[in-house]
Amino acid sequence: MRFWEKVMKLDRRWIFLLIALAVLIPFLKPLRLPLTVTKPARDVFDAIENIAPEGAPLLIATDYAPSTAPELDPMLYAMLRHCLSTKRRVMLLALYPQGAGMAQAGLDFILPEFPDAKSGVDYVFLGYQPGIQAIVMYLGEDVRLAFPTDAYGIPLDSLPMMKNIRNYDDIALIVDLAGSSITLTWVTYAVARYGEHLAAGVTAVSAAQYYPYLDTGQFVGMLGGLKGAAEYEKLIQEKGYTKAREIATIGMDAQSIAHLVILFLIIIGNVAFFASKSHKKKRSTAGS
Amino acid sequence: MRRKIPLSIAFIFGIIMIIQFFIPHRISVEFYRNMLNALVIVGIFYYILAVTSLIRVHRGKIKRRKPGWGYSYVTLISLAVTAMVGVLGGAYQPTRITAWFIEHFHWQIEQGTGLMVIYTYIQIPMGATMFSLLAFFIASAAFRAFKARSLTAVLLLLTAFVVMLGRVPIGSLITRNLPDNIQLSNIVEWILNFPNMAAQRGILMGIGLGMIATSLKIILGIERGYLGGGD
Repeated sequence: MRFWEKVMKLDRRWIFLLIALAVLIPFLKPLRLPLTVTKPARDVFDAIENIAPEGAPLLIATDYAPSTAPELDPMLYAMLRHCLSTKRRVMLLALYPQGAGMAQAGLDFILPEFPDAKSGVDYVFLGYQPGIQAIVMYLGEDVRLAFPTDAYGIPLDSLPMMKNIRNYDDIALIVDLAGSSITLTWVTYAVARYGEHLAAGVTAVSAAQYYPYLDTGQFVGMLGGLKGAAEYEKLIQEKGYTKAREIATIGMDAQSIAHLVILFLIIIGNVAFFASKSHKKKRSTAGS
Repeated sequence: MRRKIPLSIAFIFGIIMIIQFFIPHRISVEFYRNMLNALVIVGIFYYILAVTSLIRVHRGKIKRRKPGWGYSYVTLISLAVTAMVGVLGGAYQPTRITAWFIEHFHWQIEQGTGLMVIYTYIQIPMGATMFSLLAFFIASAAFRAFKARSLTAVLLLLTAFVVMLGRVPIGSLITRNLPDNIQLSNIVEWILNFPNMAAQRGILMGIGLGMIATSLKIILGIERGYLGGGD
């Protein structure tokens, strides 16, 4: 029984080491575990597929910070690849101060794969503006009220892509990639007030709270955490839109093993807890 | 007067904005656009408040030599340097100052501006590192605290087991030979679509009703907490 008591007092650094190995090894040697695509992820993909090439653009809002980038960056990369490889036009903006940097970093990462893609023609990066609710409502009236210029200071009217784009009526779909509750602002104003279509890419920890919006149709689809990103990567790979390294899919291997390790630790923790509890009980009965 | 004026403003504009929503007239739309402008301008003041508050808190820490006061210097210097680099050097597009440095000192800024360099090489790794630490602490906490002490804890434990396994590919791999409806990934979808959604809906409705009640209380001047203390 002393063994289980020792287990109970296991130094947490051993747990840290176990988790570090569980995460690192699959990155070094990917397991390529099979991945099933869920309906919410397929719905996001289909919604973007239904946008006509060279037609109304997709608006991607990068409302997240570096802390949630490992889950949300792969979604941004996959969507940019999807759109740029199929000549679908993209608008990018951020309602979250750090999100503008994420969008710029995402463009810097993806654009070398598409040397023909031009700012103002194939994509427009609008940057960041403060005042979350006001900006979402502004976009329903006139994009220029919120963003008179793009992030690089070029007036929107001089950009060929923005010629016929005034408000939500001219935007095919909004995808909000968010690590916070900003997504709800898009639901409240862009969807409820202006009737715009919205898809969400959210962190795994917050995905559960958004299921009611999927059910009501306020979200056309949803990507939840790294798994959602991996599912999207699989869908664009299957269609042959890209052959880029699937970072979310590789990450899912690491997440699988890390989850197994955590479950193993929970089982061991419980066995140790009950074993030492019953041992203590026996000792106290023997003592009395 | 210090209370009556803000209360009157909240009442008048609260009522006007409700009425405005139902009237698509040109004047109403113009008024709405002006309100949006006002909202953005007020929004910018958040930053002034936030920066002032940050400086005040850290100045106080340094003055009183509170534990960890040295880090307050790091915070304040980082704030000043980042703001200066952003304002003078540009956010996404280099300003003339950055262009001058690039020309005269043969700088090569792959990210375009100094702010993006700070963002890429300092903020992104630091943010990712902080969040990554969670994995280690969650594992340690799960080992120590996630115990089947009661019926509700057992239910939570079982659900966590199913969801954690079912949300990763290895869960699908383990149960791939079982009938469809008892495969882990499908059980997880059922948990998220039914018990989870029922609970979330209840919470959302509660929040929604609470927001309506609070808004009405603010408009009618019953809720005055937003005015702050004092007379």
